[in-house]
Amino acid sequence: MERIIFKKPDSMIDVVTHYCAGCGHGIVHRVVCEVIDELKVREKTIAVAPVGCAVIAYDYWNFDVTEAAHGRTPAVATGIKRVLPERIVFTYQGDGDLAAIGTAEIIHAANRGENITVVFVNNGVYGMTGGQMAPTTIVDQKTTTTKKGRTVKRDGYPLKISEMIAVLPGARFVERTSVHSPREILRTKKAIKKAFEIQIENGGFSMVEILSMCPTYWGMSPAEATKRIANEVVKTYPLGVLKG
Amino acid sequence: MKTKNTEKILITGNEACGEGAIRAGCKFYAGYPITPQNELTSYMSKRMDEVGGIFIQAESELAAISMVFGAAVTGARAITTSSSPGISLKQEGISYLAGCELPAVIVNIMRAGPGLGNISPAQSDYFQATRGGGHGDYRTIVLAPGSCQEMFDFTYASFNLADKYRNPVMILGDGILGQMMEPIQVAGYRPQAAGSKKPWALTGCKGRKPNVIRSLLLKEGALEEFNRKLEKKYSLINKNELRFEKYKTEDAKIVIVAYGTSSRIARACVNRLRNDKIKAGLFRPISLWPFPYKALKALDKGKTRFLTVEMSAGQMLEDVRLAVQCDKRVRFYGRTGGGVPREEDIIKEACLPAGRL
Repeated sequence: MERIIFKKPDSMIDVVTHYCAGCGHGIVHRVVCEVIDELKVREKTIAVAPVGCAVIAYDYWNFDVTEAAHGRTPAVATGIKRVLPERIVFTYQGDGDLAAIGTAEIIHAANRGENITVVFVNNGVYGMTGGQMAPTTIVDQKTTTTKKGRTVKRDGYPLKISEMIAVLPGARFVERTSVHSPREILRTKKAIKKAFEIQIENGGFSMVEILSMCPTYWGMSPAEATKRIANEVVKTYPLGVLKG
Repeated sequence: MKTKNTEKILITGNEACGEGAIRAGCKFYAGYPITPQNELTSYMSKRMDEVGGIFIQAESELAAISMVFGAAVTGARAITTSSSPGISLKQEGISYLAGCELPAVIVNIMRAGPGLGNISPAQSDYFQATRGGGHGDYRTIVLAPGSCQEMFDFTYASFNLADKYRNPVMILGDGILGQMMEPIQVAGYRPQAAGSKKPWALTGCKGRKPNVIRSLLLKEGALEEFNRKLEKKYSLINKNELRFEKYKTEDAKIVIVAYGTSSRIARACVNRLRNDKIKAGLFRPISLWPFPYKALKALDKGKTRFLTVEMSAGQMLEDVRLAVQCDKRVRFYGRTGGGVPREEDIIKEACLPAGRL
């Protein structure tokens, strides 16, 4: 007798994604979809996709999805959730979308205590536009706009936006996780599940920042990229619960 | 008979606009403070509470229009209001609304620019309003009220237009219209239900396939195909939604063309010119996009002169020239930077012969 021990979540569409080899987006997509399946909220979920590498996330997700202008993602989610408070509304944003152009929107959505969930994928680089420096790029990291590495003098400091959001009274739950190893992926799933559960219980704003690999624009192999997170990136962005 | 729904009220243009939205069943407002439209935001904060709607004072105009985008995504009737510098910021969201074919209403109570300009009334956002305003091949339906009553009526009507065509609609007023008070009749109006059915809306995919709202079309040819579809919609709007008013134009030898506040001043000028036995008339475009080119051209008897009057350096003027197709007979008089045309000056301009540009 056949026993299925691993299958595609119902919340995922069975297609090949456009993501590069070793990219973390595919993992995070799957984790989010597993959580939505497990919480049985697929039919009442409305997602807001970002501008960035995950811009066509709606091609992979089997629930209602809207696009948003770059960085306005939490404002769009606010509009949706206020009109339909019983639906599960989440944004999926990269570090360019959330921590640069959308800084105002994420801070104020959190500060209003909007009952939404934010899945924030931080790979420290602009992927879709070809590997430019992001606010989250760590010091000395080489990108197409920091060819000799990011310097504090010219480019300022890596932006720890989750720490900023964690101090806001409106933020109920903020955790930073990573997807560089199976253990961290499981922790990511646990955090995302908790964030969604908080929303289901009308608990307020919840956000999970996920450190993710971008081998293409880090200029290394997928295996090296996972090691880079473990050895380097976590020094700037320590993992753990920041609030909640 | 006086009931809750039949009443005459004294109200500012800003508030009349807000009440028009409420009576049209609008349940979502997001806005950011800016003069001279603050009474409207304040009014909506009160009225949305009363009717069980949603009011959000956003962190910026960018956020406000995106919140309206989010509300529109769910199929709710939604509105945002601002004034010129704020409307510039909203252009991002308006382009996305047009690209995603989402209905929403945007109110611009114009003030003088460029830049921060000042807070005096102006009509200098005509280009921005009627040419799309943001990036891309799109159009916004633009209605220009000329009284508090019309601030109410047009805002009310704009939600039906937005739903009918799945397109953003702009109410283009100015600081005078927003701030002045007039009695308005709200008799007969009934709070409407949420409007037409919206099977495209995102409500959760229970019992149906997932819906996607997007303007990103990467596949070769897909965006051109979509833009052609928009074009077809726009020609339909051009056919169906032309609005204008003619005043004493039947035998007019000089036609003043003006909208909004300027048209009120121009109307007084027409009366004074007529008293002096000068055959003047007023053509007042109400829909600025679509612009009533043919109706205006129909007033051209060959030697008819046209005087465009605006509170700008000359923007609608270009549409009037396109309509008349004879630069010699189209003149312009405008005040800019917050100046308001005086009747004497308009009359003087109206009496000047043709051929002097």
